[in-house]
Amino acid sequence: MTNNQLIALKRPIDQVGVEERVARFQTRSIKTEAKVQGLKMVLNMIDLTTLEGKDTEGKVRQMCYKAVHPHDALTDLPTVAAVCVYPTHVATAVDALQGSGVKVASVATAFPSGNSSRKIKLADTKIAVDAGADEIDMVISRGEFLSGNYSFVFDEIAAIKDACGKARLKVILETGELSTLDNVRFASDIAMQAGADFIKTSTGKISPAATMPVTLTMLEAIRDYYYATGRMVGMKPAGGISKSKLALHNLVMVKETLGDAWLSNEWFRFGASSLTNDVLMQLAKQAEGRYQGLDYFSND
Amino acid sequence: MAKNKETKLDFGSKWDYSAAPESAGHAEIKKEYGLYINGKFVKAEGGKTFASTNPSTEEHIADFAEASDKDVDKAVKAARKAYNEVWGPMSPKERGKYIFRIARLMQERAREFAVLESLDGGKPIRESRDVDVPTAANHFFYYAGWADKLEYAFPGKTATPVGVAGQIIPWNFPLLMAAWKIAPALACGNTVVLKPAETTPLTAMKLAELIHDSGLPPGVVNIVTGAGATGAAIVNHPDVDKVAFTGSTGVGKIIQKAIAGTKKKATLELGGKAANIIFDDAPLDQAVEGIINGIFFNQGHVCCAGSRLFVQENVKDLVIKKLKDRMSTLIVGDPMDKNTDVGAINSKEQLNTINKYLKIGVEEGAEIYQPNCSLPKKGNWCKPTLFLEASQSHRIVQEEIFGPVLTVQSFRTIDEVIDKANNTPFGLSAGVWTDKGSKIFNMTTKLRAGIVWANTFNKFDPTSPFGGYKESGYGREGGLQGLSAYVKLK
Repeated sequence: MTNNQLIALKRPIDQVGVEERVARFQTRSIKTEAKVQGLKMVLNMIDLTTLEGKDTEGKVRQMCYKAVHPHDALTDLPTVAAVCVYPTHVATAVDALQGSGVKVASVATAFPSGNSSRKIKLADTKIAVDAGADEIDMVISRGEFLSGNYSFVFDEIAAIKDACGKARLKVILETGELSTLDNVRFASDIAMQAGADFIKTSTGKISPAATMPVTLTMLEAIRDYYYATGRMVGMKPAGGISKSKLALHNLVMVKETLGDAWLSNEWFRFGASSLTNDVLMQLAKQAEGRYQGLDYFSND
Repeated sequence: MAKNKETKLDFGSKWDYSAAPESAGHAEIKKEYGLYINGKFVKAEGGKTFASTNPSTEEHIADFAEASDKDVDKAVKAARKAYNEVWGPMSPKERGKYIFRIARLMQERAREFAVLESLDGGKPIRESRDVDVPTAANHFFYYAGWADKLEYAFPGKTATPVGVAGQIIPWNFPLLMAAWKIAPALACGNTVVLKPAETTPLTAMKLAELIHDSGLPPGVVNIVTGAGATGAAIVNHPDVDKVAFTGSTGVGKIIQKAIAGTKKKATLELGGKAANIIFDDAPLDQAVEGIINGIFFNQGHVCCAGSRLFVQENVKDLVIKKLKDRMSTLIVGDPMDKNTDVGAINSKEQLNTINKYLKIGVEEGAEIYQPNCSLPKKGNWCKPTLFLEASQSHRIVQEEIFGPVLTVQSFRTIDEVIDKANNTPFGLSAGVWTDKGSKIFNMTTKLRAGIVWANTFNKFDPTSPFGGYKESGYGREGGLQGLSAYVKLK
């Protein structure tokens, strides 16, 4: 799409109204069976992530074991949705997760800044896909977006989507750098028009990350896109969600904005790592009636 | 954008919230409540009582004394005596301290008040907890601050109290309306005889207990329960200096006639039929939220409810689609459940009125829409309702329904929508939704309504004046302007 065609997609967002709606979701009281069911859903939606310069094969393998066996002391636990690693560790993760049903996601496109040439970003993506990644988490070029070069952002996403082949593409907007909800909404629309399978808030390297107002704005963009085209797009808030309560509030927001179809890890994910143990702790509390110490849950 | 195949969101039961009822066990409810006159709880002359029931379960809550003319006379005499001997002569600073004390006590007992308000009136606990009770306490805080600063409120003039205020309040916000009435009256040095509505007397009597505990001198606030006859006795009492009424336009007209030719000052806050106007450049998702809050807040039992929706025709289909989806997520049911969005209709009579209008709307040819939600078997319930394709000449568009019923009309130009919005005997409130600031200012100057909200709806704050044009009444409550009704200026 041309720059002018993209500009025509702009829709205003009222931040005060968004914050009020978000406050309303937070008054939902999630107790007893609803809480257990919700927590299991959250666990099953987590992309267990390690994105550090010091990542090694050993670290990735241990994390993959946790992905499939979050906490064997509890029965009936689902696995997480995916593990998310750098392209260099995709092969390790694919091997470690074989037959588990847990997907392998890889960041690509000069993550996290995205400041590199199209050629390198495409190559980065191909390397991850060839190594067996099921999902690619790309970053948009925020600088180009903020300078008004919307068609650049659109073309880039479309090109990466092409390079993904069968892998599903998550497009990271890095909302913490976009500054307004109007921009978040516009970037979401550009990403979906360009073929994103998922839109994702953040890299986790910038704060603020997945605030509820940002996630709601993106969910509403997904809803409008679905109304208009009938194509479902997934949502992944990432960064800043480390407590079960906040995760459940996010789930309430999904349920009441997009409905039941999105309440599965095919369409909704949490990009988080520390969230996992908090969810496990809450589930253990629901099962046993008391909180356990943090040392009873594995750190990976 | 590609024209759609039919897309439908599924707001089903994949993940239902478990029941989360607020416990009523901590709230003390007496079997019988007397009248609060001259600092004492007394039976009515002749011992007449009436019952208040829980509108969501039809269970009996308590019996209340029914005040006769004689009881009202006693209350007015007590108020006059307190005015002459205690409250009038007291220094404004000391009066302020008492009002602050009432505010603090209300905050301390907030949970109890919230529970009782939902029990007696049927509104969701989320609203009584988050809106009614805190806003009521805030009104006392706000006006307590004015008590010793009246010379700054009316510069160059001397403000003196009016005397004895007779105050009659409705059933939709029982505690909050009591606060709206009592707080400014006391702050200006008046004494009060207040009558709550006969279907919702519980929190007013709890307020009487609170006021008693606060040590307010006897007779400064008197609360008498009863129905229309009790209200008439207050309005017609020769020693009442000021009448403040919130309620229906019909009763407002009767009061207006009754006090004609007397010395009585009056403020009337009556009905409404607010236009909520959505332009095509509005933030639509937030506007839909405003439509929902505008009409389904407190089951639509709100005089300033946004009961007439005007949507610009080029975004009408999209807005209606969003509105219907949003309505599918509303939880209707037990007012005590923290997850309930829409509670019970306040009384059988009101439910009958609403049902009458639902029938009229269908007969007039408007297209009725109600979401597929289950309702409890017992109690008074009405599903959130839309009337699509409504016309300006429909009765459901012209008359106040006072329930969760929204009429939907489309419009094309600014002039057209201003004309239609103003084409009503009411003029209490209106809402405008647009991303464009200049359009907001253009609309607010042309809409004939006492309150115009821009990109929001049903917002209440003690600092902001509230009141109507035309048959929605006169006088302002709240804010600096709310003081005027309770002072004489020299």
